[in-house]
Amino acid sequence: MKALCWEGVNKLAVEQVPDPVLRNDQDVIVRLIAGTTCGSDLHLIGGYIPFMRSGDVIGHEFLGEVVEVGSAVRRHKAGDRVVVCSFVGCGRCWYCAHDLWSLCDNTNTNPGIGQALFGADTGGIFGYSHAMGGLRGSHAEYVRVPFADYGAFPVPEGVDDTSALFVSDSVPTGWMGADLAGVKPGDVVAVWGCGAVGQMAARAAILLGAERVISIDRIPERLEMTERHIGSEVMDYTSTDIGAELRERTGGRGPDVCIEAVGMEAHSDSPVHLYDQVKQQLRLQTDRPTAVRQAIHACRKGGTVFVLGVFAGAVDKFPLGAVINKGLTVRGAQQHGQRYIPMLLDRLAAGELSTAHLATHTVPLDQAPRAYEMFKEKTDGCVRAVIRPGG
Amino acid sequence: MSPAGKSLTVAAAGLAAGAFAVMRRAKAHPSGTAAGDRWLTVTVNRAPHDVPADKLPAPLQAYGDRIETRIRPAPGDRGTELAVRLKETGPDTAHSLPARLAGTDPRQDLRRALREAKALLEAGEVLRPDTPPTTHDTPGGKLVGLLSRRAGGEGVL
Repeated sequence: MKALCWEGVNKLAVEQVPDPVLRNDQDVIVRLIAGTTCGSDLHLIGGYIPFMRSGDVIGHEFLGEVVEVGSAVRRHKAGDRVVVCSFVGCGRCWYCAHDLWSLCDNTNTNPGIGQALFGADTGGIFGYSHAMGGLRGSHAEYVRVPFADYGAFPVPEGVDDTSALFVSDSVPTGWMGADLAGVKPGDVVAVWGCGAVGQMAARAAILLGAERVISIDRIPERLEMTERHIGSEVMDYTSTDIGAELRERTGGRGPDVCIEAVGMEAHSDSPVHLYDQVKQQLRLQTDRPTAVRQAIHACRKGGTVFVLGVFAGAVDKFPLGAVINKGLTVRGAQQHGQRYIPMLLDRLAAGELSTAHLATHTVPLDQAPRAYEMFKEKTDGCVRAVIRPGG
Repeated sequence: MSPAGKSLTVAAAGLAAGAFAVMRRAKAHPSGTAAGDRWLTVTVNRAPHDVPADKLPAPLQAYGDRIETRIRPAPGDRGTELAVRLKETGPDTAHSLPARLAGTDPRQDLRRALREAKALLEAGEVLRPDTPPTTHDTPGGKLVGLLSRRAGGEGVL
């Protein structure tokens, strides 16, 4: 079959790879209907997560049709249209049982790497390096889905493929940020990043009752999209003093909840950005935490900062003093999608959420490398490129 | 730097990070407990009566009398703590950094067996990786492949 493979830093290619096979009784094989580019893929492509091998298939946000079912699968049959959570959870370890699915104990086939880096291994994720499970990714004609009874969800009739696709990762990730940050009626919420995850975090905050939601980015079309489709206020950080503006809009308090949806390759128009870039290129820090720093400084005393962006290792100039002295709660997580996906599909079917606008481009698999280039450079108004292996 | 050179550099950075973590652990043994004597332990999300010492899953049963086993309830309704260690630990060199990089430390196989036992008890199967791991290899990929092969038997457990 054809698949999109990582071939080295900033090098992707569509290649022939072996078809996936059922390797465990709880697996299913899914024929891809659609997958999408994700900002976190850019960290892999750019070499910031150094556990990739040439020939690795990337992609983790997808929807497809079940075509083959393992002998122990109970909830799926061939022909089911399913959206699949990007993180794989066994469903029965303590973490899965407590709805902390991305922390699953039994789905990372290379647990020693995560344990060495983080002190504990994470759950496995499709197509996201050998540190994060070593599972093959979804930008392919077919993908094997382990523990499918827990991670694949039937898409309700009436919900189109493109809308459902984003319930695989970006919608639950955004929802989780607002939910676990404790957003409640009356809160003012600021969201850094107007990509798909940031937009969904803002929408979740609105649906959870926030009084005001303010989204921050620098890309005009993303700001416009967020304002129009999400209903959030927006700020362009290249033309606005974000800290001063947030204080002014919140009576001097600062936002009650700050959600960072940017990640390790954050941009900034301040001189600190150059400093961070140099340190990252020299591997003196692995990640650029620009937006996290700003969120911590902007957050009101006693407020909550939730880190949704993907970070891999160590950062420099982390404002721990502000965390302590302002009494902040700082949380972060990879997505616990299985906890939210059924509810999100229902909300999508009910029209409370809309996601189709995120799909600014649609390409066949052969054009996926070009789509990633466009996505990375944010050209042609690209927010998300949807890749359809079947054309 | 060429993309291939960058990729190799990136993979080497990963290997260096992994090796650093291994070395840091290698130096971190408290004076009271040698590496070979330390219990390897996991918490299984099953009640203690579901983890009987005489009916442990096959990966641990295969060790027979060569291991000691300790089973006790985990606090706070977190399941059951399952710990194992080799009765014959061998010389210190068997657990040295070179032995671990070479994959000859016997604790690596035991750690792998313990993890598999936990997965079998909880999820009913051990997740197997996709195969083949890659369709073609490069020097950088071989480094990552080496780390991945060792990763099943390494870690902080």
